Amino acid sequence: MDAAALHQTLQARFGDAIGTLESGMEPAIRVAPAAIVGVCTYLKTDPALGFDCLSNQSGVDYPARHEIEVVYHLISYRLRHACILKVGVPRDNPAMPSVAGVWRTAIWQEREIFDLLGVVFDGHPDLRRILLPEDWVGHPLRKDFVEPTEYHGISTKRESML
Amino acid sequence: MSLLNTMPEFTVTTKIDEMLNWTRKSSLWYMLFGLACCAIEMMQTGGPRSDLDRFGAVPRATPRQSDLMIVAGTLTLKMALRTKVLYDQMPDPKYVISMGSCSNCGGLFQLAYSVCDGVDKVIPVDVYVPGCPPRPESLTEGLLKLQEKMMQEKWLVRRSGAELAAAEA
Repeated sequence: MDAAALHQTLQARFGDAIGTLESGMEPAIRVAPAAIVGVCTYLKTDPALGFDCLSNQSGVDYPARHEIEVVYHLISYRLRHACILKVGVPRDNPAMPSVAGVWRTAIWQEREIFDLLGVVFDGHPDLRRILLPEDWVGHPLRKDFVEPTEYHGISTKRESML
Repeated sequence: MSLLNTMPEFTVTTKIDEMLNWTRKSSLWYMLFGLACCAIEMMQTGGPRSDLDRFGAVPRATPRQSDLMIVAGTLTLKMALRTKVLYDQMPDPKYVISMGSCSNCGGLFQLAYSVCDGVDKVIPVDVYVPGCPPRPESLTEGLLKLQEKMMQEKWLVRRSGAELAAAEA
């Protein structure tokens, strides 16, 4: 099933919660944050769609649009098709439901997005930092992140030898 | 008749400092501290072709048994704190070889938010081995340089001389 057909199928079922179909190298379907768990459950459980694998989940910061975009790359191994979902959450209060209940791999992916971008996933079983130390301040993949001058007394600047 | 003539034939005379240093430099047990791709080259250096064993250097998995720490790879800030702890756990006398650009100064990742720009910000370094990553020959050369440095140490002078008094004052 290609992206346009999938977009129509989802729109017929979820209505306004499904946004536009973004064209590009890989077409992406925009989904409202509140509807993401319902949409994902449907995509996984419907026999004609059968997206059994969340192959990647990532986040992108768009300061100009005042939002952080969470991107879902789904694959169906059984039916051999793929699709991309995009969810925009406001930058000043980035909270959205977790899909960890649908695909368990999202537990790790969402922890990484929380770690680096600060998106809070409601319903996540264990939302804490995964890569950075636990006492780290800030979320470094946000475009306005300012690098601290030191970490536990270790200076983060190195003077040029030249 | 000199003293030498009264000794058995196989006797070797030396200085105590030199003998201490010779024994130390000939059994440099290094702690495995592979952090990134430099670790692959460090494994090669310990392997049969380059064979660091012939200089008495064998890998150890714990700091308690190590004399030398070869920091091989990108040191993140998170790891930097652990590095300090592990260095503190090593018994004296202890030495550090910083292997590769990342460990020397942060290297390619110097501007990254999470990378410690050089292991010398956390622990003292004896020998810096440049390269990205250094070839096994380079690391072997680094080890030989460290052995040269160790041979120049004066243990007895340091422990009983004026330096101690000066340090206490």
